[in-house]
Amino acid sequence: MKYAARRIAMLLLTMVIVSLLAFVAFDIISGDPATAMLGTQATPEKIEALREEMGLNRPLVVRYGEWLLGFFTGNLGTSYSYKLPVWQLIAPKVGITLCLSVISFLLIVVISIPLGVRSARYAGGRLDGAGTAINQLGMAVPPFFTGILLTWLFSTTLHWFIHGQFPELTKNPAGALKYLLFASVSIAIPRVAMTVRMLKSTILGEMQKNYVRTAISRGNDRKGVLYRHVLKNALVPVVTFLAQTMAEIVAGGIVVEQVFAIPGLGRLLVASIANRDYPVVQAIVVILAFWVVLAGTIADLINQQIDPRLQLGGDA
Amino acid sequence: MLEIRDLHVKFHNSNREAVGGVSYTIEDGEIQGLVGESGSGKTVTAMSIAGLLPRKQCSYSGQILLDGMDLLHADRNELRKIHGRHIGVVFQEPMSSMNPLMKVGHQVEEVLLLHTNMTAEERRRKAIETLDQVELNNPEEVYEKYPHELSGGMLQRAMIAAAIIIRPKLLLLDEPTTALDVTIQAQILELLKRLNKEYDASMLFISHNLNVVRKLCTEVAVMQRGLLVEEGKTEQVFYNPQHEYTKRLIAAIPTRNKRKEEC
Ligand SMILES: Nc1ncnc2c1ncn2[C@@H]1O[C@H](COP(=O)(O)OP(=O)(O)OP(=O)(O)O)[C@@H](O)[C@H]1O
Ligand SMILES: [Mg+2]
Repeated sequence: MKYAARRIAMLLLTMVIVSLLAFVAFDIISGDPATAMLGTQATPEKIEALREEMGLNRPLVVRYGEWLLGFFTGNLGTSYSYKLPVWQLIAPKVGITLCLSVISFLLIVVISIPLGVRSARYAGGRLDGAGTAINQLGMAVPPFFTGILLTWLFSTTLHWFIHGQFPELTKNPAGALKYLLFASVSIAIPRVAMTVRMLKSTILGEMQKNYVRTAISRGNDRKGVLYRHVLKNALVPVVTFLAQTMAEIVAGGIVVEQVFAIPGLGRLLVASIANRDYPVVQAIVVILAFWVVLAGTIADLINQQIDPRLQLGGDA
Repeated sequence: MLEIRDLHVKFHNSNREAVGGVSYTIEDGEIQGLVGESGSGKTVTAMSIAGLLPRKQCSYSGQILLDGMDLLHADRNELRKIHGRHIGVVFQEPMSSMNPLMKVGHQVEEVLLLHTNMTAEERRRKAIETLDQVELNNPEEVYEKYPHELSGGMLQRAMIAAAIIIRPKLLLLDEPTTALDVTIQAQILELLKRLNKEYDASMLFISHNLNVVRKLCTEVAVMQRGLLVEEGKTEQVFYNPQHEYTKRLIAAIPTRNKRKEEC
């Protein structure tokens, strides 16, 4: 319990640092937002008036505090290019990208864990070579390419979904989820391949350990050795790997959202970077960072439940 | 009950036989000692008896008959019924031989789970009783611990408890007292003797320590570089060693005992 509290405190501290860095960095890069909004032709008086109105003359720390608070109150400033409150712009997209990521992640876990265990059980068997070949193929195909293939097959040819017409998540959740499923598959394929390979090699490595010999000496069959003894030992590195996966799904999702024309956070991010819409970029950066740090924290908490030795671990 | 006939084991990654033609027998209720320097093939011999050789990594020949069944060539399904039930093994390194993520108590009672129909509560009670028999204090607490929470000596005793819980007819003990201090070592030896009397368990007791072997074993075999160089009644081997190597081993016994002998 103490460990969990410490781990969560660390998560919050990390987020404060990340958000501070993001805020300061964009404060420097973005130059004067008042000039950006009014254009270079505006008179200095007008710009000064707007600066005062936007609160830009106050000290950095005060503005940072107010902005950070905005993640809880929804007041994150105004988008330059859409002239809308940033939060209003981001909120629906957060939902879409979250759904996309969660579906992808569930696919990865549900498929790769049984498959990894199986491929370890039958390692060296007749189908092992074929499995490895398929696995390597899966790893080599980038999500945007499978994305294009899936779009062609299921949208252009079979019309299972209409490319470019993403149903609104709140109005037609079933339709939206179906649309997202195709994108999730293309995100999941390479990560499934990687997780299977990693789980297989971890299990085979554990099989060489002394405690396995002890388990056999007590009369365990292969299944008993694998499920009662080895699997739990093989899980810790896999959980850590899955946390990285969770982070990378979001990065991979940016491209896939483009391919499938999904109006998610990724597309908004790309558009906002192109438009130098810094308030939007800034907020998205912090949200993505939170997602990554959260995944790492959850993985650590799970691992600490699996392996009691980690409870002793000092800082981790 | 156990008969080893011309056992040869050679690992593929070595050009020397780890065991080069060993034959001997262990009678019912006998405690057989096996001594020899590091690398002489003691553990490999014990693993062959237990049917735990990594078969893919070595070539082997000979016969190991436990009440007529050849353990060296038995398949996994046949071995599974023997493992734990009729042969109990205490391995050399207790820390790495225990599953780090399983409670000690669950490892101690695993044999019962695999070979009996006892309920979880019955198994637990039996495990605690056995932990108590190997003289671990607070067996209820030890039951709930993970291996990393126990000392080497405690683990070794827990390993012994796991091996004897079902009273197998043959116990293979690979240096079970090496990590223990002298008093606990003596306790364990007493326990093994008691078990031997209690239900006529046969034992193969591997050790570096000739003193310990002398206290415990009725028969002793001496191994050197994969070969059995001497075998016989313990007292006979000690007072009248035939082989050069045995003489050297006996000469190397710590001085405290030599003085005793001189008196
Ligand atoms: N899995 C293995 N692969 C390859 N060689 C092995 C393996 N296990 C043992 N050997 C070799 O077999 C020989 C005998 O080893 P063994 O473990 O039986 O010695 P030992 O008498 O038990 O020694 P110690 O007293 O140090 O435990 C050694 O030369 C060792 O290197
Ligand atoms: Mg050994």
